[in-house]
Amino acid sequence: MSAEATVPEVKPNYLTADHGLKSWLLTLDHKRIGLLYLLGVSFFFLLGGIFAMLIRLELLTPAGDMVQPDTYNRLFTMHGVMMIFFFLIPAIPGILGNFLIPIQIGAKDLAFPKLNLLSWYLFMAGGLATFGAIVTGGLDTGWTFYTPYSSTFSTTAVIPVGLGIFVNGFSGILTGLNFMVTIHRMRAPGMTWFRLPLFVWSHYATSLIQVLGTPVLAITLVLLVLERAFHIGVFDPTRGGDPVLFQHLFWFYSHPAVYIMILPSMAVISELIAAFSRKRIFGYHFVAFSSIAIAVLGFLVWGHHLFVSSQSVYAGTVFSLLTMLVAIPSAVKVFNWSFTLYQGAVSLHTPMLYALGFIGLFMIGGLTGVFLGTLGFDVHVHDTYFVVAHFHYVMVGGTIMGYLGGLHFWWPKITGRMYSEFWSRMSALLVFVGFNLTFFPQFLLGYMGMPRRYHAYPEEWQVLNVLSTAGASVLALGFLLPVAYFFWSLKFGAVAGRNPWGARGLEWETDSPPPTLNFDQAPVVDHEAYNYADDAATPGMKPLSAH
Amino acid sequence: MNFKIPFVPEQASTMARDVDHLTFFLVAMSTFFTVLVAVMVVVFALRYRRRSADQVGSSFDNSSLLEITWTVIPLLIVLFTFVWGAKVFFRLYRPPADAVQYYVTGKQWMWKTQHPTGQREINELHVPLGQPTKLLMTSEDVIHSFFIPAFRTKADVLPGRYTTIWFTPTKTGRFHLFCTEYCGAEHSRMIGWIHVLEPDEYQRWLASVPVQTSPAIEGAQLFAQLACDSCHRDGSDARGPALHGLFGREVQLADGRRVRADESYLRESILSPGAKVVAGYQPVMPSFRGQVSEENVLALIDYMKSLTAGESAAAGLAEGAAP
Repeated sequence: MSAEATVPEVKPNYLTADHGLKSWLLTLDHKRIGLLYLLGVSFFFLLGGIFAMLIRLELLTPAGDMVQPDTYNRLFTMHGVMMIFFFLIPAIPGILGNFLIPIQIGAKDLAFPKLNLLSWYLFMAGGLATFGAIVTGGLDTGWTFYTPYSSTFSTTAVIPVGLGIFVNGFSGILTGLNFMVTIHRMRAPGMTWFRLPLFVWSHYATSLIQVLGTPVLAITLVLLVLERAFHIGVFDPTRGGDPVLFQHLFWFYSHPAVYIMILPSMAVISELIAAFSRKRIFGYHFVAFSSIAIAVLGFLVWGHHLFVSSQSVYAGTVFSLLTMLVAIPSAVKVFNWSFTLYQGAVSLHTPMLYALGFIGLFMIGGLTGVFLGTLGFDVHVHDTYFVVAHFHYVMVGGTIMGYLGGLHFWWPKITGRMYSEFWSRMSALLVFVGFNLTFFPQFLLGYMGMPRRYHAYPEEWQVLNVLSTAGASVLALGFLLPVAYFFWSLKFGAVAGRNPWGARGLEWETDSPPPTLNFDQAPVVDHEAYNYADDAATPGMKPLSAH
Repeated sequence: MNFKIPFVPEQASTMARDVDHLTFFLVAMSTFFTVLVAVMVVVFALRYRRRSADQVGSSFDNSSLLEITWTVIPLLIVLFTFVWGAKVFFRLYRPPADAVQYYVTGKQWMWKTQHPTGQREINELHVPLGQPTKLLMTSEDVIHSFFIPAFRTKADVLPGRYTTIWFTPTKTGRFHLFCTEYCGAEHSRMIGWIHVLEPDEYQRWLASVPVQTSPAIEGAQLFAQLACDSCHRDGSDARGPALHGLFGREVQLADGRRVRADESYLRESILSPGAKVVAGYQPVMPSFRGQVSEENVLALIDYMKSLTAGESAAAGLAEGAAP
């Protein structure tokens, strides 16, 4: 890597500026809060991952012989709750969004640093409350909480978990609000909207959904808690309520929530592809507005979760049509990313491997979304493993490839150190292969008719289930490997310097790790994002003073 | 045609082939685009690989023609897919007029089925080959979902309302039945079999199952037991509307609305009589919620369906059936 020409004077950075536990727990620095999120998110991901492995082990054999059905139901419920609310939704915005948005727009911090810290505490409080509920008995409703099972029949911790998610929701709302205000008000001189990195655009779209959608989840959960505690009769058919109303309310948030997970990942992918092609993202404006289009259309498609739930045929038809339209901005993104490579200067470092892996998994996830939006097809595979495979491709394949790719890309910026290129490429390979081996067989199982949330299954489906479990083991290894070499890098990794990748963007023009206030002197922007073609001489080597 | 396509479940209903054709189209379309993008990415990544540490890409970074191309072509394809999918869906949800109606009640964790001739089964249903068959379904507790992979159809089964599916079996044999809406501890054991028999074999099967009464006669007995006939009888002084020829007719309600008297309406009128009061009558009927089971309600509805217009009625069938 090209070493920086700067003199290695001992200058304090955000990590060394202050010491002690208190300096972390009461920090208002967006970069430190990003690292706090890394800590919390990793813990919840580990929990969710353990549940996932137990599920796959149970499904290794057709008979439900490893755990009791009650236990199995708790496992898949807690896997879903942990992964969705405490990993997939907060991971990229909480860690990378927090760390990078102020730096990328040339600001010293987010608009509301105290609110940002509060967001983290709300996230941890919600997560730990949920974790507490697991320890004291668990939840067996599925992460979807469908009524009247959740409101009347389940004997598990619906109220504590519901409240945990409710509290966590405010973390998302506040973070979204914080990002939006920051992006509107704190951009450096010259950083116009269309000079913003696409990372910022996509996070803006995400924030829009967080702020508008999460309150609906909060309302739904409050109604559920009231129904359960006081039998108010909103969802209970024996009291004149409508259990399907719950599904409408739930998916009004939870479908857009998928875009809360995938848009930040798309944000990362745009940065990676530009940096490792050394080329401006093809069709910048189209990629930027496709994020907004996804955010808006995402609010209009919730009914495709209800095609077989007694929703009227006409409503189903309208929701199917609207669902098809979401495919367009997604396709626009994929084609633009692919075309960015054309006439680029492409290198296949680890982050780029993750980015290309993302395109592969997102293609499959997105196209099978078109399958499911197709009414006549959905009826057969609804609530089967086909759906399980599809949403894992989109949410997990999509989000984790972006998350890991982003973590590898900005790790030198966050810590100032490089990790092992060989082992990190290995991990990218293991994750990609393991992921496909885990989830591709589930498409086939679903089409053959295997229902989701089954603890036991007919023997003819064992081979595909064994493949899936084998894949999960490879995937687990692929996730553990980075833990090892990231820790290793902190002590033994090569010093990264300001811009190890030769990438463009304000974050590469400050120190690694950055100083507490991000820049030594406030940046002024006079060019578009990804201006690789502006001057062909040693990109990224330009000292800050050149601006 | 005995060629078995891998990973495609048996095609055992008239709809199965239609759904599979749609699937084949979707798979072909997706494979085309996935391969296209994969080839593009691999070729570009190799052809334009970085050859020196300070190399940068070209300034070719936008093209309206390309943007329009990859917006419009996918749009046309998904619209075509939507129309095809909707057509199959409409067929899946529109039972043929001559379909024979069976009853399904889901409860944690079993399927109770009943034939129009009264035979009851648990977690099984025998049906004759080639007969358009419609299932009228409801749940006694939580939401379930009735799924037969070989027939490519399913629908959620809800407490408090009726849903239907239909199929015409095209193959004899035994086919999986699954509950596909998570319903609690034993969800994965809420499974069973659909048996498709040759019509004459089906008749023999029906004859071999002891049957107390048909749903309509059972309904007639209940009708008398619950004293429904003290109000719902013929004559101008009756406190409740007469029920002959009611099923399928439009009803004028007291609040001015008009509704069709289908199963859901009749069920609601038994359990929540105040919800839709017929014009010209007082809301005096008590609710029978808690006094009748879902199966009782189905029997009562079947009885009401048997009351054709003009026939003088209730009494005859009920008295005839009473011991």
